[in-house]
Amino acid sequence: MGELLLIVLAAALVNNFVLVQFLGLCPFMRASRRLEGAIGMALATGLVLTTASGLCFLVERFVLQRFELQYLRILAFVAMVGASILLTNALVRRFSPLLHRVLGLYLPLVASNCALLGVALLNSAASRSFVAALFYGAGASLGFGIALALIAGLSERIARADVPVPFRGAAIVFVTAGILSLAFLGFAGFARL
Amino acid sequence: MTTHFEVAPAPHARAFVAVPVFMRRVLYALVPAALTYTWFFGWGLAINFAIAALTALLCEGAVLRLRGRGTRVALNDGSALITAALLSFALPPLVPAWIPIIGTAVAIVIAKQLFGGLGKNLFNPAMVGYVFLLLSFPVEMTQWIPPRMGDIDYMHLSFVGQLEYSFLGRLPSGLDVDTLTRATPLDIVKEGLRSARSFDELRGGSLFGDFGGRGWEWVANLVALGGLYLLFTGTIRWQIPFAVLSALLLPATLFYAIDPHHYAAPGFHLFSGASMLGAFFIATDPVSASTTNWGRIIYGAGIGFLTYAIRTWGGYPDGIAFSVLLMNAAVPLIDRYTRPRIYGRA
Repeated sequence: MGELLLIVLAAALVNNFVLVQFLGLCPFMRASRRLEGAIGMALATGLVLTTASGLCFLVERFVLQRFELQYLRILAFVAMVGASILLTNALVRRFSPLLHRVLGLYLPLVASNCALLGVALLNSAASRSFVAALFYGAGASLGFGIALALIAGLSERIARADVPVPFRGAAIVFVTAGILSLAFLGFAGFARL
Repeated sequence: MTTHFEVAPAPHARAFVAVPVFMRRVLYALVPAALTYTWFFGWGLAINFAIAALTALLCEGAVLRLRGRGTRVALNDGSALITAALLSFALPPLVPAWIPIIGTAVAIVIAKQLFGGLGKNLFNPAMVGYVFLLLSFPVEMTQWIPPRMGDIDYMHLSFVGQLEYSFLGRLPSGLDVDTLTRATPLDIVKEGLRSARSFDELRGGSLFGDFGGRGWEWVANLVALGGLYLLFTGTIRWQIPFAVLSALLLPATLFYAIDPHHYAAPGFHLFSGASMLGAFFIATDPVSASTTNWGRIIYGAGIGFLTYAIRTWGGYPDGIAFSVLLMNAAVPLIDRYTRPRIYGRA
């Protein structure tokens, strides 16, 4: 249990996917303008990322390793990421139409998030167990959500600030994200993974 | 002729205090601590402050000139000098001149002016500069010198010697940086506790005083005195310092009560490193801190808890700078959810 907690902490804060490993920057920049959008995006990513971690583990263990097809890992994982988006979409629509109305817009956008493939490949490289892989995925999406919520709040302030013309728009968001990742390096040393 | 429109929505109470007055009070409040620091640790602080202040004014002026804005008001409001003062308090006394220059330039240009200058910066400029330096130049940024104390084996440079080291990198013959520098009490405690030595054993060392490190704890006392001056003149509110210090004390007391061998004493946390400076001078920056009453409590408590966590379980001996930046980032969210309700509405 303690180890699983450490995995979540490490994936969410110490090795935050956006701010420390610089993965998933596209949705991070896109959803960074308003808090509501950021929360929707974070929830959608969380669902898909956790499902994808599990699916990729199963494929790796029961297909790739059994038939010694590890060289197809990236291809197989990309397919599994796509499959997990479709699966999540179908499940959410089936069981909670209300949730689907909130998240439906964001689920297809999650496909452009390279953190999904990143989590699956890192899980496979560290040869984590099924449960550990799921927790790593959940931690990664928690960290993604934290980064997204923080930058969305900050962006709403930047929108009203008197930023020099050459730095308006994406440039100042990148500067802010840079300072934010300086701050996140303060978590270094909490958990080594 | 100037026209004043003093008819505005309530509240009608006004304080006739301009920004430069606030800023000057903060600078005055740091003077006793600066004198104590100079007594215990030599001329490094004064030299670093002079370099940082000059860089700050030049950078601020240059950016404003580039943007075609007037420079007079911004250069006279004293906010750049406060950034320079806080950064030079955070720097080790014995550093080459380019350290305060780079740190201040990052603080003023990137953390302050890129966001539109005073009142618009999202992060505390001095802490952005400090963290930038700490991560970029870890060797220079962790060389601390021991305090001037009768029974401690210390060696300080003269004013000219310090200038020579700062600008030319030369030390008097027979001396090198290693003979002048020493691990700080926070370093000793962090490393010692990690290698399974008990806190009581560590605190017996000659660098340790009543609560924190000798010399360092006196600087902390006078920083706190300056902080009280700011409180009583109404320059800062009580919520932030109170929340920072109690959120640092609470886990420190709890863990010390559970296991006094493997956790540092609460008094040590309170009087070591940048605790006092952070609580009274850094976290209370009116621009980057939360602006609602409950928000200030949450913001300050976040800084205190994070500082304790980083000191105890993290990779750095002190955590004030990182905690302040992390909580600065959370301020828009905190303010959003602690906004006071409009009077008369449910």
